[in-house]
Parts: sequence; structure tokens; C-alpha cells
Amino acid sequence: MAYSDKVLDHYENPRNVGTLDKNDPNVGTGMVGAPACGDVMKLMIKVSDDGIIEDAKFKTYGCGSAIASSSLVTEWLKGKTIDQAYAIKNSAIAEELALPPVKIHCSVLAEDAIKAAVADIKAKQAAKEAA
Amino acid sequence: MSATVEMSVVSGSEEGLYPIYLDYSATTPVDPRVAAKMIPYISEHFGNPASRSHPYGWTAEKAVENARLEVAKLVGADPREIVWTSGATESNNLAIKGAANFYSEKGKHLITLTTEHKAVIDPMRELERQGFSATYLDPEPNGLLDIAKLKAAIRPDTVLVSVMLVNNEIGVIQDIVAIGNLCRENGIIFHVDAAQATGKVAIDLEQLPVDLMSFCAHKTYGPKGIGALYVRRKPRIRIEAQMHGGGHDRGMRSGTLATHHIVGMGEAFRLAREEMAEENTRIRRLRDKLLNGLQSMEEVYVNGDLEHRVPHNLNISFNYVEGESLIMAVKGIAVSSGSACTSASLEPSYVLRALGRSDELAHSSIRFSIGRFTTEADVDYTINLMKSKIDKLRELSPLWEMFKDGIDLSKVQWAAH
Amino acid sequence: MSHVYFDHNATTQIDARVLDAMLPWMRTQSGNPSTRHQFGRAAREAVAQAREQVARACGAQAAQVVFTASGTEANNLAIKGLADYLPQGQILTSAIEHPCVTRSAAAMRALGHTGNSIAVDSHGKVDRAEMKSQLIQPTSLVSVMLANNETGVLQDVAELAELARAHGSLMHTDAVQALGKIDINFNELNVHAMTVSSHKLHGPQGAAALILDKRVDIQPLLHGGGQERGLRSGTENVAAIVGFGLACELASQQLADYQSHTLSLRTQLEAGLAAMNASIFGAQSTRLSNTSFFAVDGIEGETLVVALDRKGYAVASGSACSSDSTEPSAVLLAMGVQEELARGAVRVSLGTQNSAQQVADFLQHLQQEVIRLKQLSAMAA
Repeated sequence: MAYSDKVLDHYENPRNVGTLDKNDPNVGTGMVGAPACGDVMKLMIKVSDDGIIEDAKFKTYGCGSAIASSSLVTEWLKGKTIDQAYAIKNSAIAEELALPPVKIHCSVLAEDAIKAAVADIKAKQAAKEAA
Repeated sequence: MSATVEMSVVSGSEEGLYPIYLDYSATTPVDPRVAAKMIPYISEHFGNPASRSHPYGWTAEKAVENARLEVAKLVGADPREIVWTSGATESNNLAIKGAANFYSEKGKHLITLTTEHKAVIDPMRELERQGFSATYLDPEPNGLLDIAKLKAAIRPDTVLVSVMLVNNEIGVIQDIVAIGNLCRENGIIFHVDAAQATGKVAIDLEQLPVDLMSFCAHKTYGPKGIGALYVRRKPRIRIEAQMHGGGHDRGMRSGTLATHHIVGMGEAFRLAREEMAEENTRIRRLRDKLLNGLQSMEEVYVNGDLEHRVPHNLNISFNYVEGESLIMAVKGIAVSSGSACTSASLEPSYVLRALGRSDELAHSSIRFSIGRFTTEADVDYTINLMKSKIDKLRELSPLWEMFKDGIDLSKVQWAAH
Repeated sequence: MSHVYFDHNATTQIDARVLDAMLPWMRTQSGNPSTRHQFGRAAREAVAQAREQVARACGAQAAQVVFTASGTEANNLAIKGLADYLPQGQILTSAIEHPCVTRSAAAMRALGHTGNSIAVDSHGKVDRAEMKSQLIQPTSLVSVMLANNETGVLQDVAELAELARAHGSLMHTDAVQALGKIDINFNELNVHAMTVSSHKLHGPQGAAALILDKRVDIQPLLHGGGQERGLRSGTENVAAIVGFGLACELASQQLADYQSHTLSLRTQLEAGLAAMNASIFGAQSTRLSNTSFFAVDGIEGETLVVALDRKGYAVASGSACSSDSTEPSAVLLAMGVQEELARGAVRVSLGTQNSAQQVADFLQHLQQEVIRLKQLSAMAA
């Protein structure tokens, strides 16, 4: 399988690997995929009180394209509002990394991870407001 | 002589053109001594061994018969029991289809293992299409066949059992004597795929209760494109020819085979016979070193029995690391992540699944296969490379993190994808 | 005594350039093309390049090339593999085919196919009218060789293929003797499958191919690892395939020179044979430029071959595969040649390394042997 230079770069030097405090009310966590499918992505975002993503971290069990997709989105997410984050489409990820057709699902998973992380932070905010 | 020095091209350095070769079970380099012996038969002695009217043909024929003797000697057979083929795939096809077709009036049931090479399983499937029935037995989790299960699977109409001597993916050695004796008691033809066994385990067909045995040259430092099938003479085993034509090799297999390939196989098997004992000792030492080095990491599983196993093979699963990223990470070494013939697809190894390994563990397996030109430095490099890459990938892995946090992954509700 | 090699239709000496191209694949480049690492990739690319070279020499697409280990295997694959998918019917093979074609066809009786033979005329050409009348029976497959190994006679395969197609039959041609000796174009021949082999054109033994129109269904002979897109399992013989590829390229480049050289030698040879009143088989037909199959009345072929061998000439009395037996050539019998004359048949097949001097010397030796043998048989009589 031939990987693009961008995939190789993210694979060799993944950005923002790590974990944030999941109990922090400003941290949203999205975990998608399953080991049996060959990919699990965990994406964590830290959102400021005015709704800007201050930090993003990831861990990924998966192929080089999955690792690169999640590494790339952590770069993209920083500085964006959560609504802007929610609007990121997998096609943009696939295009940026020049993913071959058999690897498009990696970008889909990354999009799902963003949506799951945003949903988590929104749920936390709703719970805070309700309290 | 030091063949190692001559093969230094293969053992590349970190910045070298080629990675370190640890894929001897996929194919071996041709031993330089074998290549030297072959070359005159490609150039000056180029005759067709079937040409009986001039010395070009005679020289070729003599070389072919000498090679037949060498092949026979390695496995304790009579030269007249050796039929040349184009490789192990053809040998297996010829043995299985040839015997099944010949004895089909006695019965149409066949037995093999789910962990056999595709070149055994696919001919069985083809015979099923032609009206035979086949039983595919799962081995035990250690890769070995439970004789009681074979006994239970035997039916009155069973005509052929095929079990490989050494497994290509996990290197386990089956109990051929016990299986063969059971076949003898029941009047069943017993075929053994020994493509991975020659030069690694001693084979004496004079003693073994085996009727048909497949060999190939390119897993034993000979050339690609040549193999052989042993067909027992006493008691005489018959097979129906699968390749029709000029009637070479007593009609069992037609078609001109390359003299230089045959010569190469003969020389490769001669060297195997002479050097096997010493070579295995050396390879076992390297294997033990590699195993100890890798087992210093956590969550590392050896696939297949370690005791009933050739020392050349080490198949290991690295838990919580995904298979494809693992292969990407270990570019400095040439290894397989499954059988060579299937590694172009992303399916997890069917052999490891048959042992009951989960898809994840099957996916994260690597087959290290050590051979004649592997050095201690190669093994050291491999251990260091594996340690650093596995550490890095686990650092990236959410599953590793969860495992370290004491979470039981089997109880996690995964988001459907 | 150095031998003069006049048996190029049996096998040829490998071209030094071909051997050079193969050596790395026998020494250090040891990958299995099915593996994913660098060794495997290098082997895979080498096979792909050879596939292009073979395709070009055959006027085919690379995707139409299925590598096999021998011409025999490719013929078996064509006949059995195609017949397996076809409705039961007759398999027509010409009366002068190589045994691997006719025996493969015979083996298909097990699947309910019948094997029938198409006659050839006294010039060694397939009888078109007879083929047409035979095609009235439901026919699944026709196989006619492009060039005969013994006489060198060329068949009008494109026309025969059109006839076969018009009757709903598939068409195969064994072009093993033709590749490298005449210009071959798979598409223009209009056949569904064509067999070619490496060792007849100064390539190594151990590589051959079936050129296949993949729109037709074919059942593989060898089942296993799924190489050659599932049509031929078994680890690719990389070195031999690389050699085959280059041999094809070189043969295409040299074709015009090869033809003029061998034709001029054969013309010289046959002028001398005519002076000895030898019969030249198939001489009225278009033949391969390098092949001469002849008999001198009253001289036994096998005896002459052995006598010529003692003089240092490697010639054949028939096809290599059947030269074990003393049966007269089946090809000649099919052409209606009298058994006694057929027993005298000797084949000279020339190559680029042969020279006019060699042919002249050969004719002299032949003349002496013929006189000597005639005296011997006269004494015996």
C-alpha cells in the first residue's frame, strides 16, 4: 500500500498525542470504532468558556491512515469554535491526506470522533446549566 | 566457507537499500553455491533432457538423475519415487487431485486441517466442486492436531488425509507418525506437505508411514519454479496425472522442466542434508535470543506450540497494537504479517483464527523467520527495533491506555462503526 | 569435437544478455512477489515488467498474460481450463498437435467432451473444408498450432479462428514454435487463448505463458495462493520470468535479421538436399524460416541421427518429447507420408549462431553418411 507523504509525516510524527483530564467539565471526549474493526480513535478537546477549542489530544489504535487522520484533526480543531468543529467533513480530511478509496473510512472515523467529542462537551455544558 | 559474507547485500544496514531479511518462510535466497552449480546448466549445458539423440540432451539427463538422487537422499526415498514438478503448489495439487481421482471408486471423502496452506485447501475445495466431500479439522489452540479428532472424522469412504509437516505461518511440527499410522490402519492414503520442512526437520520416508509428500526448492535455498512429489512405490501408490503431454517422469507429470532448476534443487537438498544439524543449532540459538528479547515486553503472545516447532519460525502477536500500523513501523526488517500468499489482502490470518486467536491478535501478529544468512547482529537490531516501535505505537494506542488503567476491554461497549 | 547445434526447435541456448538479467534474481534479489516488504515489491515489479515485454512480443495486453512453468502447462490450462466451463461438445484438435494438446483434450472426456481430430493435407496444412464439416457437430473448442515443431509449416490460424467463432466455438493456438520466429499478434490471430514459451527463443527453461482473452471463463489447473489473478497458483519463478521477458524483447528486435539469416541457411541446405534427392516435408507450404524436415529414401532416420551425432551435429529425428520411441513421426503419417519414408525423417532447425560454413560442412558429412549407409544396407540386402 502506498501512503502519501502527508500520511507518512503524521504517522512518523503524530501531533498532539495524549490525554486530557476527562473529568474536567471543559473537556469533551469522543471514542469511536472498535478493536475488532481494526480502528479505535479517542479524541479529547478542551473548550474555553466562550466556546473556543483551546486544546486537542488523540490516541488511535489503527492503520497509518487512521493515525494520520486523527493527528490532522487535532491540528485543525485548535482555535475553532465547537460549531466550526462540528462542520468538519471527512471529505476535507481525505483530500488533505490524499487517502486512497480503501482508506476513506479512516477519515469518516475522524469526523465521527469530532462529532462524538462535541456531543460530549455539549452534554456536559447542558448538565452544568441544568444544575 | 562463509556464505554470510557473500550474502551481505541481503542483510542491509539501517541506511542500506534493503531491510534485514527475516522472511525465510516466504522464500529463501538461493545459496551462492547452488547458483554456481546452476549457471552452467543455463548456459553451456542447455539441452532438453528429453532429447535422446545428441550429447546436449544426455548431459542434461545425467544432471537431472543426479539431482533426483540428492533429493531422494535428503528424505530417505528411492530416486524412482521422486517426480519433478514446478513447485509445492503443483505437488500438492497433483498429490491431492491425483490420488483422490485415482481412488475415487473406493470413496470420496477427504480430511485435512483448517491451518493447511491454500495449495492444499483449494484443491480440496475444487474436489468438493467435483462431487467429493471434505472435512476441515481445527487444530488445538497450540496448532497441533488432536489425533482423537482425526480418528473421529474418519469415515468408511475416507480415501485421503493431507496434513502438513511444518506449518508455514506458525512453524509447528505435526505428529506425522501417529497420523500416518492411523491412516494405514484405515487404508487411507496419507499426503504430507513438507514444503516448509526440508532442511529443518529430519525426514526418513523409509520409516515414515507417508504415501505422498510435497517438496519445493525455494524454501530450502534453491531456485523458485521447481519442486517434487514423493510417490511411494512399496506399497505402490497410484495417482492420476494432472498435466498431460509428452509423458515425462513416467507419465505422472508431463512438460519439460528446466534442467538448471532441477540441478539447483538437487544441490540445495544436498547442502541441506550435510549442514542441517549444525545450521539448526545455530538458528535455535538466534531464535531463543529473539524470543527472549521480545518477551521482555508486556502483552506479547507466541502463536503455536513452542516445543513442537522448527526453530526457524517465531510468530508473535503484539497486543493493543494494530497490524497494519505495525507493518508500517517495522520497515527496517522484512517480515510477514501472515502467510506470504495472502498478505496482499487485509484479512486476518486464517491460520491464527483457527487457533482461536481474536481478530485483533491475529491482525497484530508478525512472523519472524530466521535462516541461513541471519546474523546475531540482525537479531539484535530486530529486538531493538521492535521494542522502540511497539512502545511508540502503544503510546499512541487508546486500548493500551485502557489496559494500563485496568479496564477490561472485553466488557467495553464499542460504538458501532 | 565441438558440436554444431541444429536442434533449435527442441530448445535453444540462453542469450548471454538474458542470463545476465536473470542472475541477480538467482543470487541476491530473492523476494517472493506475494510478500509486502521491499524484497517482495522488487520481485513483483520485475514480474510486471516481464509481463509487459511478453505482451508486446505477442501483440497482447499485459493483463492478458498468465505465466506458467512450461508450454505443456499452458496448453493443459487452455484446453482443460476452457473446456471445464463450456457446454459438453467436441474438442477439435488438428492431427499434428503436440501430445500435450491432444492428451489434454482426451482427458476432458471425463467431463463429457469428445475429442476429434482435424486432418491435414499432404502439405501439412489443416484442411479447412474438413474442419468446416466437423464444425456441424456442436463444438466447444478448437485448437490448432500456429507453427508445427517438426515441419515448421504455418497454419492460417486467423482464418480458422474466424471459422470456429462463426460456429460458436472458442479457439486456442499453440504458438510455442512460432514466437521469436515470426511476427505474432494475438489480436489479429483472433484466438481466445495462445500458448508461448521461453526456452524456444533463447530464454530460460521454466517460464511460459498463456495469452488469454479474459472475457472467457477459465478454470485454473493449480489451486492455491491465488497468483496470476487466481489463474495459476504457485510462487512466481521470478528469475525465469525476467529472462523470458527479455528474451521476448530481444527476439522482437532481431526478428528481421533472424528470418533472413535462417532462411538463407535453409535455402542453402535444401539446395544440397535436393541434389541428394531428399524429400522435404511441407516444402510447398509457408514454413518457419529455420526448419527443414527431410528424408533420404532408404535411410533410417534414427540411424542417420546417431551417425550425424558422431560427426558432431545435433539434429533431431522428430519432436524431442517422442524421440524416446522409434515410432515414425505422427505428423508425417498425418500428412500421408509413407511409413518407410517417414522413418527416414531428420529435422534440422537452425538458429542465429549457425553459419553457411556449418551448413556446407553438414551437407558434405550427410552426403558421406548417406553413401555409407546405402552401401551397408545394400550389403545387408
